[in-house]
This record gives sequence, C-alpha cells and structure tokens, in this order.
Amino acid sequence: MSLTTAHSVVAPSSNAKLIAGTIIIAYALISIVPLLWIFATSFKTPPDSIAYPPKIVFQPSIEGYCNLFTTRTRQTPEYINSLGPATGVCDATVRKRNMVIAGPSNFLPRFVNSLIIAFGSTFCAVFLGTLSAYGFSRFKVPLADDLLFFILSTRFMPPIAVAIPIYLMYREIGLSDTALGMILLYTAVNVSLAVWLLKGFIDEIPREYEEAAMIDGYTRLQAFWRTVLPQATTGIAATAIFCLIFAWNEYAFAALLTSGTAQTAPPFIPTIIGEGGQDWPAVAAGTTIFLVPILVFTILLRKQLLRGITFGAVRK
Amino acid sequence: MAEIRVQNLRKAFGAFVAVQDSNFVVEDGEFFVMLGPSGCGKTTTLRMIAGLELPTGGKILLGGEDVTMRRARERDIAFVFQLFALYPHMNVRRNIGFPLLAQGMPSAEIRSRVEETARLLRIDHLLDKSVSGLAGGDRQRVALGRAIVRRPKCFLMDEPLGTLDTEFRDLMVHELRELHNRIHATTVYVTHDQMEAMSMADKIAVMNHGVIEQFGTPREIYDRPATMFVADFIGSPPMNFLKFGGGLAKGAKEIVVQGAKVAVPEVREDIAPADMALGIRPEHIRFDDGSKLRGAIYGTEYLGTTQIVAVETADGIIKARVPAGIHLSPGEQVGLALSSARLSLFEKGTGRAVRTAMYDRAAEARHG
Repeated sequence: MSLTTAHSVVAPSSNAKLIAGTIIIAYALISIVPLLWIFATSFKTPPDSIAYPPKIVFQPSIEGYCNLFTTRTRQTPEYINSLGPATGVCDATVRKRNMVIAGPSNFLPRFVNSLIIAFGSTFCAVFLGTLSAYGFSRFKVPLADDLLFFILSTRFMPPIAVAIPIYLMYREIGLSDTALGMILLYTAVNVSLAVWLLKGFIDEIPREYEEAAMIDGYTRLQAFWRTVLPQATTGIAATAIFCLIFAWNEYAFAALLTSGTAQTAPPFIPTIIGEGGQDWPAVAAGTTIFLVPILVFTILLRKQLLRGITFGAVRK
Repeated sequence: MAEIRVQNLRKAFGAFVAVQDSNFVVEDGEFFVMLGPSGCGKTTTLRMIAGLELPTGGKILLGGEDVTMRRARERDIAFVFQLFALYPHMNVRRNIGFPLLAQGMPSAEIRSRVEETARLLRIDHLLDKSVSGLAGGDRQRVALGRAIVRRPKCFLMDEPLGTLDTEFRDLMVHELRELHNRIHATTVYVTHDQMEAMSMADKIAVMNHGVIEQFGTPREIYDRPATMFVADFIGSPPMNFLKFGGGLAKGAKEIVVQGAKVAVPEVREDIAPADMALGIRPEHIRFDDGSKLRGAIYGTEYLGTTQIVAVETADGIIKARVPAGIHLSPGEQVGLALSSARLSLFEKGTGRAVRTAMYDRAAEARHG
C-alpha cells in the first residue's frame, strides 16, 4: 500500500501560487511600464526623449515642465545676452535653447477646467444617482423595470453618435464651450452608471435601518441621511471613482464641444505636439500632472473602497 | 404605556390576503405574543401596528387614539427587529441615544438616560464599544435599550431572538420577561417558536393564513385548543388525532374510536354526521392492557424523565408521553387508556373544536 499524504482541497498548492504570482507580476509590469516611461520622459530633455537607443539612465531636467507651463519665443543669442540674469530655473533652462519666456501657457486654465468639469459632473451624477437608486430600491416605482432598462439603455449607444446633435443643440442654447454645458453632459452620461451601481449597493442595506429610524422619530429623509448614506459610503466612493475616471478622461465630447474657455486638458495636451516641434517631454509632463488628481482621489477613497460591507451589525 | 386595540384589521397585497379581519385587544402592561408559522401574517400585523405598513381596512387604536393612518414616527412606539438593525457606523451609546436625538433632547439628558437604560440592561460597560464587535446577546440588549430608552407607549418585537444561539435564547427569554415584569410595558411579540410564546406571554394569538385561530392565555391555548391547527401547532410532540365518524348529540359522553368506546367530556352541541377527530395530548395517554384501543410499539424516544413512545394503531402513529421507567420493546402490543376529561373533539372539515364540558371553564373565565 502506498503512503498518501493529506493535502488541503481548499488551500492552493505551491505550484498554483507560483503561477498566479508570475501572472500578476507580469500583468502589473505591463500596466505600469508605460506610466513609468511617461513619468521618465517628462524629466528628459527633448534630445534625450527621442534618443536611439532609448535612454534608461539620463540627466533629469525640468525642461518639459517649463515648456508645458509657458509659451516661449525664439531669440538671437545677442538679444538673450543683452537681458539681465535669468529670473528663475525655467528662465535659465529655456535660454539655453535660445528662447525666452513670453508668458504662461494655457495648460493651467485647461487643467482647472478639467478639475471643475470632472468633479462637478461626478458630484451631480453621484448625487442624482444616489437619490434615484434609493427610490428604485425602496419604493414601488410604476414601471420600475422599464425605467431602469431605459436608464441603462442610454449607455448602449456610443456617446459620439449623439455628439453632432448635442453640438447643434448646445450652440443654439448657448451651452457650447461652457463648463456648465460639459458638466450637464457628463452628468447625463454618468448618471445611468451611477443609478445602476448604487441601486445594487442600496439593495444590500437592509431597510430595517430606515424603518428603525422612522419609528424612532425621524422623517424618511432624515433616516436616509443618517442611516442609509453612512452605510452606502463604500458604494458611493466606488461609483464616484468610476464617474470621475470617465469625466476626467473623456476626449471626444471635449474635443468637439469645447475649444476655448471651457476646454479640458485631454484635448489640450495633444496640441502641445504641434507647437514648435514635437515636444515629447512637455506632453509627458502634461500627462503626468493629468494623472495626479485621479490618483490622489482613488488613494483618498481607498479606505472606503476596501472597508467593504463586512462590518455589518446585522446578522444574516 | 397604553392598550392596543385592533379592529377588523385587514391587509391585502394584490390578490394575496396577508391578514384577515383581525380583532384583539392587548391590555395595558400586557405581554402579548403573536404565534404562527412563517407567512401567517403575524409580522404584517405587527408592521401595521408600527405604521410601517398601511392596512387595507380596519382600525388600530393606541391608548384609545385612532392611529391607523398615522406615520410610524408619530405613534410613539418602539420596534425591535429580528436583525436588530443596530447602526454599524455608531457605537453602543449613540445607537441607544438615537431615538432621543430625534426628539431634540439636550445632550446631557440623553447621556444620563442612555446610561440609566444601559445599567438596567447591564450593558453599561459596553457603551463606548462599536456594535460590530458585540456578541449576539449583547446586540440584542442594545436593540432593547434603543427601544426602552424613549419610554414609548408600547414595544413591538419581531422575532427578536430568532437569530440567537439556543443558549442565548433561553437566557434572553428569561431576561425579556424579567424586564417586562420590571417596567410593565405593553408588548407585542411575534414569534414562530411556541416555547418562547408559552414561557413569556400573558396572552397568545395563534395565527394561520392571516386568520387568528385562537386568542387566549398560554394555558387556555394548550389545554383547550379552539381549532385543530392550534392543537397541532402547540405542543411538542403535537396533539394526536384519531378519526371517528358519525354525528354527536348534545349531552353525549362517549364516542366510538376504532371499535373502542372512549369517554369524553360532555358534548354541548348537536353535530350533524361528518368526519370527526378526537384530539389527545401525548401526556394524556397511559398504557393499560384492559383497553380496547390497541396498537403496537413502533419506537421510543428517551428524554430522561419521560419518554415519547410512538404507537402504531389502525389510524396511523400516535405518540404518548409516559414515565421513562416503563420498559417497552418494538412490536409489543399495548392497550391505550385516555384521560377522558382532557380530550378534545374536532370537526375535521372546519377544524373547529366541538363545544364540550371542558370548555365550560374557559367560557366562565372569559365572562367572569
């Protein structure tokens, strides 16, 4: 009789762990390398950024960031020498390329537009989404299933398919190239996602909580605010991140409907390429800065996302 | 505190009738239990008293005031849910104080009331703990604390012990009754567990299919069941039924079951010939070789002081509770003697109990 050793049927074997680990590391590398490359490029000088073979080790420079935030004019060396000493690091950097700073670029206002429009629309979508999801979850809404399907169906169509009609409408009612117009548009696109995600989360919260609060002397709105909302934070955080990522990254509507005052960063960044040669470090710098808010937002909400629904005082 | 009066209460969800014309009165300070299998309408009745559901018809009076259509928060009642519904984002102190906060009570007063309540329930050492870390029994106490802190008109409890372990459950049954004896709060308690109902209730309503089958004290319900459903639902093992045919005449004192004559309490009404059932509690059966009612031992279940003996008769298996000392072996033929004064008679068609001398005392008690 051969000796058999007991093995767990639940715990993965060491081979399985090794394979899983390898796959995860490979996937992580594939995802993170482009980001690292962009980050590295943003600190290269323009010649380093197009060097062949590509430089892994290089002398870091903030030229890309200087170029991103400024507009510059090319001058003769005589003129530059006639100027006083450089007023700052950026000034000194661009003078080496025979340029002087003419003024700030449009990047900062475009970035601010992005912040206002993305966070504004995320707030609206999550706010409206939470209220509608609560309604669909708790009340007998006539034709609820059809309404929910209708809300979902707005998601079926590629947004760009309605871009032209929206462009014409917006031009007619004066919403073209305004932050308000973009907030409304992104809210409209995101609210369907928000309703569906949040309905799932709110369905999970037992209605006994509100009932207890309503018996204890609160109105439904107070009960919602004090008992449902604190428990839905996980879902709200997750939904907000999804909405924000969409609004932040959105390019097609932004390119079509904004051109000046309300232009967001995504359509702006590619225009850097056209200004005085292919300034890859400036593009990479813009992209790097563009990544920061979404990164910070996700890290801030990480706790809510991870906390999960595991802490219930309700026994099922 | 106040009495609760429910008149012709009815609730339908579409074509499904959850509660049919319920009528009962819970006296001030009484511990009232609604007992029945799941889906019998007991929770729906409770939720209507609470104001969480609106009735389709009928009236609910709280302390003489008609509250039928009033909002839950305007009824001044407290509700303990089966799942406790403790707010996970608040600690024990804030959970208990939550109803007082709604009244806009100053925080110093909330503090003292919460502490007083916690002492009453012996959970004052847990006040600053998070509710998520509490054991089942302590969660239950916190839920009770949130209910009693406001000193409402009445307490409504929906299977509050349903999710507890057996050990905790027995402890909490005791504690709940003790708490009730101390604060004398009108309580409506819903459960499907007859042991909880029998050990805590002043009055019980047994419900089935939206209808109150019987309303009375635990003793009345056990000893003088009004319907076959009640007889079958209450008692472990439940009441045995032996079928017999023919009508009954007023004044009859004997029936014939399986060819044997059985003395029964004097019948008080005339019953037209129909399928009938004789109801016998297991503890009212003795073994007596002289009896003509016979059966063979099928199996025994030893319980220490008593044993439950299953006896196969011509009309199926009936169970007897006899002293544990008697030795019986399967297949053995035995005669069954029944305690005549404690037998119930039922009309099989309607399930209704026939009026007999046994019910006289009940009627006297109700009118006296």
